[in-house]
Amino acid sequence: MASHNESIIREPLITGKDITYAKITNDVLRPVENMPTKAWWIGFTVASLGALLWVFAVSYTFWYGIGSWGLNKTVGWAWDITGFVWWVGIGHAGTLISAVLLLFRQNWRNSINRSAEAMTIFAVICAATYIVAHMGRPWMAIYSLPIPNQYGSLWVNFNSPLIWDVFAISTYFSVSLVFWYTGLLPDIASIRDRATGLRRKIYSVCSFGWTGSVKTWQRFETVSLILAGVATPLVLSVHTIVSMDFATSLEPGWHTTIFPPYFVAGAIFSGFAMVQTLLLVTRKVLSLENYITMFHIEAMNKIILVTGSIVGVAYITEFFIAYYSGGEYEQYTFLNRFIGPYWWAGCMMYGCNVLMTQLMWFKKVRTNIQISWALSIVVNIGMWFERFVIIVTSLHRDYIPSSWAMFYPTWVDVSVFIGSIGVFFTLFLLFLRVLPSVAMAEVKLLLKGSSEQAKKKLIEAGHQQPEEVEFYKEALTKFDSVELADYQKA
Amino acid sequence: MSSTKFILGLFDDPDDMMHGIDKLQKNSVPIYDVYTPMPIHGIEDKLGIKPSRLGYAAFMFGCLGGSLIFSIIYYTMVHDWPINIGGKNHFAVPDFIPITFEWTVLFTSFGMVATFFYATHLFPGRTPRAMDYRATDDRFVIAIDAKGNIPHDDITNILKDAGAVEIKHNDRKYVSYE
Repeated sequence: MASHNESIIREPLITGKDITYAKITNDVLRPVENMPTKAWWIGFTVASLGALLWVFAVSYTFWYGIGSWGLNKTVGWAWDITGFVWWVGIGHAGTLISAVLLLFRQNWRNSINRSAEAMTIFAVICAATYIVAHMGRPWMAIYSLPIPNQYGSLWVNFNSPLIWDVFAISTYFSVSLVFWYTGLLPDIASIRDRATGLRRKIYSVCSFGWTGSVKTWQRFETVSLILAGVATPLVLSVHTIVSMDFATSLEPGWHTTIFPPYFVAGAIFSGFAMVQTLLLVTRKVLSLENYITMFHIEAMNKIILVTGSIVGVAYITEFFIAYYSGGEYEQYTFLNRFIGPYWWAGCMMYGCNVLMTQLMWFKKVRTNIQISWALSIVVNIGMWFERFVIIVTSLHRDYIPSSWAMFYPTWVDVSVFIGSIGVFFTLFLLFLRVLPSVAMAEVKLLLKGSSEQAKKKLIEAGHQQPEEVEFYKEALTKFDSVELADYQKA
Repeated sequence: MSSTKFILGLFDDPDDMMHGIDKLQKNSVPIYDVYTPMPIHGIEDKLGIKPSRLGYAAFMFGCLGGSLIFSIIYYTMVHDWPINIGGKNHFAVPDFIPITFEWTVLFTSFGMVATFFYATHLFPGRTPRAMDYRATDDRFVIAIDAKGNIPHDDITNILKDAGAVEIKHNDRKYVSYE
């Protein structure tokens, strides 16, 4: 059947009274069909100024060369690769939400997958700009592709993790894009059928002529499931390969076999933190409280807690293995993270990622929007420092003390980084303006079974176990979008 | 002879619509198609639509992508220009796995989605064949070809009994055509 009654003890995924299919469409499309609000314009202005800074800083880099960055003979990778890994990590949550949670039939993904996937794509775009920028001569990017050339042909080295990365990131980006856009088709068709004039023409082209016939939906669901199936190992492979850029080297602090799972957990951790950062604001500004509920916020906080703890275990393991290996260079690198000149970066890394996240054990913290938002920013900062610590503190003091050096970023380094955040938010704000930020078709699926109003009807029908009803009412108290008064008299 | 080409039953609830399909089928009224704003599970069985074979296409594309890139790597790394890297084996299979995997996924995804678009006639700029504009919003639409399905009033009554909120007798097939 199209719908069935869900157990009363499960928390609702859609809250609010009198939600109809039409109301879902209206609520989600409000920012798309109306002129943007003042908040949007302010955000967009700030973000596009950041994007302009990025354009300027990258142009400056290309004009004057990589020498305009703070790199030196010892520290040959710094803010660029830190920024790259940071963005790629952030770009993991979207596919995790849309693919892994689909395979596990976690229906709460339905209302957050669209914006999380969009965020993924924009984060990977930001990551890709770092790859191009750090080449200094971006036209040389062609030599990372295995195409015949005048040197013989001298091919790329397929044994190198850097080449694996080229394939992994490009595959990940294009598959995420296809996954996202295929999922968007029915929602673009919804906009198309409500629009008139030029808007209808534009959305008509973008909707690929979607009609929503039975066969289309059947194939659509098959495609979604198989894409989820292949995207799940893909998302894990991407950060595994990114970690191998480091792990296959002989650098102390990099040459560790724990890197792949450790990086993947860290990527999911930072990705969810960024989803949280964006969605907590988006739900408020776009009034989507009924669709992105406290249940979603808490669920994401739980994932942040789990992955943050996995990262914590990985940190401890790294330290133990450094001690246990007996390798003095390895041991020094890890001591240096605390007692060396970059001790403050190490403290940011361990403090933000491990200590602060442990606050999420408390339900009061997980369900408090302001604290959750602040913690998500803390995680974003902590994960940036994690990459900085891994990259710079390993490089700045390794085997030969005469080569020891410090890294000082120039204004270009800083501008490229701040600028990339501007690029990211510019793209995200444009997305909110022109495309539905919630997958309407998928949320409509939940309306009859998992919504608050459906469960309320069940309670009113009166065939439920009283203790289960009590349990359910207790669970509702954390929601900020539920009228608890309605349940007192019932 | 009426000019009605299609009879549309518009429902505001998927369960009512499923009920409508049952009733129509009980009365031997053939259903042309059903348009819904969201996927309806179980509707394919009711309408006798065969399972999608896209999975087979996906598998074949995956095999193609994997073997293609593995052949490219073999040709470049082992056959055309073997590079001596610390005296190690040129045919370093474990090193070839990551990229072989990536292209398997890449070809699976793009091949399957392209097949989906091709089979369903979806492409940028295709004129939408919409029978009712609210089918992508909040209406679950059963379309019945009016030709040969007479009397039309009987069909209207069946749909009304099943709980249709609106019944349309359209003179043209698609409302989206000018």
